[in-house]
Amino acid sequence: MILHELLDYDTLRIIWWLLLGILLLGFAVTDGFDLGVGTLLPFVARTDVERRIVINTIGPIWEGNQVWLILGGGAIFAAWPPLYAVSFSGFYLAMFAILMALILRPVGFKYRSKRESARWRNNWDRALFIGGFVPSLIFGVAVGNVLQGVPFRFADDMRIFYEGSFFGLLNPFALACGLLSLAMFVMHGAAWLVLKTNGEIAERARRFGATAALAVILLFALAGLWVSFGMDGYVLVGPAVTDGPANPLLKDAAPQAGAWLANYALHPWTVIAPILGFAGAAASWLLLRSRREVIPLLFSKLSIIGIISTVGLSMFPFILPSSIDPRSSLTVWDASSSHMTLFIMLVGTGIFLPLIVAYTAWVYRVLWGKVDEESVSDKNKHAY
Amino acid sequence: MELDIVALSRFQFALTALYHFLFVPLTLGLSTLLAIMETTYVMTGRQIWRQMTKFWGTLFGINFVLGVATGIVMEFQFGMNWSYYSYYVGDIFGAPLAMEGLMAFFLEATFVGLFFFGWDKLSKVGHLVATWCVALGSNFSALWILIANGWMQNPVGSALNPQTMRMEITSFFDVVFNPVAQAKFVHTVSAGYVCASVFVLGISAWYLLKGRHIELAKRSMTVAASFGLASSLSVVVLGDESGYLSTEHQKMKLAAIEAMWETEPAPAAFTAFGFPDQEARETHYAVHIPWVMGLIGTRSLTTEIPGISELEKMAEQRIRSGIEAYDALANIRAAGLQQQTIAPEAQDTFAELGHELGYALLLKRYVDDPREATDEQIAKAAADTIPHVPTLFWSFRIMVGLGMFFILLTATFFWLSARRRLDRYPLLLKLCVLAIPLPWVAAELGWVVAEFGRQPWVIEGVLPTAVAVSSLGAETVLLTILGFAALYTVLIVIEMTLMIRAIREGPSDDDDPEAPIISNAVVPAAE
Repeated sequence: MILHELLDYDTLRIIWWLLLGILLLGFAVTDGFDLGVGTLLPFVARTDVERRIVINTIGPIWEGNQVWLILGGGAIFAAWPPLYAVSFSGFYLAMFAILMALILRPVGFKYRSKRESARWRNNWDRALFIGGFVPSLIFGVAVGNVLQGVPFRFADDMRIFYEGSFFGLLNPFALACGLLSLAMFVMHGAAWLVLKTNGEIAERARRFGATAALAVILLFALAGLWVSFGMDGYVLVGPAVTDGPANPLLKDAAPQAGAWLANYALHPWTVIAPILGFAGAAASWLLLRSRREVIPLLFSKLSIIGIISTVGLSMFPFILPSSIDPRSSLTVWDASSSHMTLFIMLVGTGIFLPLIVAYTAWVYRVLWGKVDEESVSDKNKHAY
Repeated sequence: MELDIVALSRFQFALTALYHFLFVPLTLGLSTLLAIMETTYVMTGRQIWRQMTKFWGTLFGINFVLGVATGIVMEFQFGMNWSYYSYYVGDIFGAPLAMEGLMAFFLEATFVGLFFFGWDKLSKVGHLVATWCVALGSNFSALWILIANGWMQNPVGSALNPQTMRMEITSFFDVVFNPVAQAKFVHTVSAGYVCASVFVLGISAWYLLKGRHIELAKRSMTVAASFGLASSLSVVVLGDESGYLSTEHQKMKLAAIEAMWETEPAPAAFTAFGFPDQEARETHYAVHIPWVMGLIGTRSLTTEIPGISELEKMAEQRIRSGIEAYDALANIRAAGLQQQTIAPEAQDTFAELGHELGYALLLKRYVDDPREATDEQIAKAAADTIPHVPTLFWSFRIMVGLGMFFILLTATFFWLSARRRLDRYPLLLKLCVLAIPLPWVAAELGWVVAEFGRQPWVIEGVLPTAVAVSSLGAETVLLTILGFAALYTVLIVIEMTLMIRAIREGPSDDDDPEAPIISNAVVPAAE
C-alpha cells in the first residue's frame, strides 16, 4: 500500500496533533457538562424529585458523551502509542482513581431510581457526585503535571521507567490546574442546567455557575502567571527533524524558562486561545447572572475550548516533556505511530467523525426541551 | 512469598476481563433480540411485541451499564499495566481499538439513550432505527475488538522497525481480514446470541412454570429458541474453524488442548476424556476416538499434527535463531544511533531471522541479554512455551460439551414451539431455568482457552507476556487489584439483586390494553 504517501509524514503528524485536540475538546464540551452536573447534584437539587430532574437532564445523553473519552483513549493508543504507554502507566494510581469514579457513574444513573429507599438513593447521589468531582479534578491535575514535565525516561530497548510517585502529582501548580478544570466543568454543568431546567434548580445553578465562572477567570490567570514566571518550559536542542522515525531518543531537548510562551511571540495569532478562555468565562459569568438560557452554555463551551487550546499551543511541539531526561520527552515529531497507521486512521476518522457529529446533533434535537417534574414522573418509567 | 509484577498484572487483567465478559455476551445477544422483537412490533402493530421489547429492554439496561463501566477499565488497562506492550504494538493494536470507538461505541451509546428515553419522542419507525443502531453498534464493537485480539493470536501484516524498536503495520488489509479474527468474530457474537437466547428462554420458562405473563413468555421463547438454535449451530461450526486455524497458527495451543504429548501418526486420535499430567507428560485413563483429531485439525487423513514434545524442540531451535536475530538487531540499532552505515551481514541475518526475535525475548525472564543465555536457560525458556495442559484440556471439553447441550436445548424448544406445546413439559421448563448460568460458564471458559492458551505469549511468537508489563511496584498493582475486586463485588451483588427484582416484577402492563385479546386468537390458550 502506497496510498498513505499521498500525505507527508509531518503533515499527518500535525493533523493528528489537531485531531487529538479536537477529541479532547469533544470530550470536554460534551461530557464536561455531565461531570459538572454530577458535581453540582447535591448542591443544586435538594429533594428527590429535584435530583431526578437534574439526573434526567443528562440521562439520555451522558453515555454518548462519555464515548469521547473512550475514543480519546483509543485514538491516543493508535496515533500516539508512546504517549498512551507513558501517561497511562506513569499516572497509574491517578488513572485508577478516575476509573473507579467513572465506573460509579453509569451504574449510578441507571440504578439510582430503581428502588424507592431514601438511603439507596442518597448513596447513589454520593456516587454520582464522586463520579463527577474526582475525574474533573484529576484531569486538570494531570495536565498541570504535563506542563511541568513528568519524571519518566526510556531505556535503550524503549522500556519506560517512571520515577515519580502518586503524591508527587499533587504539587501546588498541578492542584491549581485541577481546581481550574473543576471550576470549568462546574461552570459548564451549571450552564447546561440553566438551559434544561426551571425554577429553583435553575436559580441555584445560576448562582453556582456564576461563581465557578469567576473562579475560572482567576485560576486561569493564576496558572498563566505561574507558567510565565514560576516554572520552566522545554525546548528542542538542535533543528527539529519533522519526518524522521518515531523514536524520542533520536533528538535532544532541554528545560528553559519562559519556553511555554515562545509560540505566542512566534505566531501572534495564537493569543486568540487564551483570550477566548478569559472572554468566554467572563461572558458566561455575565449571562448566567442575567436571564438568558441558551447563550451561557455557548460561552462556557468557548471558554473551555480556549483554555484547553492554550495548553496545547503553549507546549507545541511538545506533548509530554520528561523532567528527568528531557531527551525522552514526547513531541509531535517523534511520538506518533507509523506513517501508514496515521493515514489509515485519518481515513477512518474522516468517514466516521462527521457521521457521529450528525447523528449526535439529531439526538440532541429529538431530546430538546426542559426536563421538569412531569417528565420524570411519567408512568412508563422511562426516566431515571 | 515475593510478589511478582507479571503474575499480579496478569491476574488483574484476567479478573477485569472475565468480569467485563459477564456483561458483554448478554449485551450482544439481547440488543439483537430486542431489535428483532421491535421489528415484529412495527411490522404487525401488535402491542404485545412492544411490551416484550420494553420488558427485555429493562433487563438489557441493567446489564448494559456494567458492560460500559467495566469496558473503560479494559481500554485504559493496556496502557496502565502493559506499557511495553502498548509501546511495542500500539501502531497496530491501537488502530482497531480507535475504530471501535469511531464506528461502534458512538453508535451504540448515542442511540441507547433514545432506546430508553425515546418511546414517546420518536415515531414507531424512528424508535426501531434507534434500536437497530444499538444492536449494530454492539456487534461492530465485537468485530473490531476481535480484529485486535485476532492479531494477538496471529500477528499478520506487520514487521519490527529497528529504528523505533516496535512493531509497525505493513498491511492494514491483512490485519482486518485476518482469518483468525474473522472466525473469532462470528464465534464470539454467536456465543453472545446463545447467551441471550438461553437467558430469555430460562426466564420465560420460569414465567410459564409460575403461570405468569404467559403470552409474553411464549412469544419470547419462540423467538429465543429459533434465534438460539441458529446461533448455537454457528458457534460450533465457527469454533471448529478456529480449531482448524489453530493447527496452522497456534500449534502449541492445539496440542495442549488435546493433551497430545507426542506426535502421532496421521490421522491423530481425539482424546475424549482423561487426566493430563503435566509432570509425567502423559494422560491417565485416556479415552481415545480414532481419526477424529486429525480430521478436525487438518481436514485430511494424511497430515500430521505435531505433539507437545516435538513443538518444544522446535521452540528451542527458534530460540537459538531468535538470539541470532537479537544480535543482528543490536548491531543495526547501534549503527543507527551512531549514524554509521549498517553492516550488510547484520541486515541479512535480521531479514532472514527477524520473525524469530520474539523467541529470544522469552529468555528475558532468566537473563538480561539473551545472547548470554546458557543451554540450560534456553531449555527452560523452551519449556515455558508449553501452557498449563490440564486447564486447557478441561476448559475446552466443558465449553464444547455445553455448546452441544445448547444445540439440544434450543432445538427441543424450537420443536415444542412449532408444535405449540411450550408449556406441556414442566421438567423441560425447569431444566431451562437451571440452564441460565451455563452460557456464561461456556463464554468464560472460551476466554480461558483463547487467552490462557496463548501463554507465554501476549502476541503469539512476537512478544512474551513477561516482557510486556509496565515497570510498576508490585504493591501498587496489588492495591488496584484489591480496589477492583471490592468495587466489582459490590456491583455484581447490586446488579443481580436488581435483575432478580425486575424479573419478579415482570413486564409492566400499563401500555398494552389490547394484548390479551389479540394473543388469545393467535396462540391457543394453554391453561
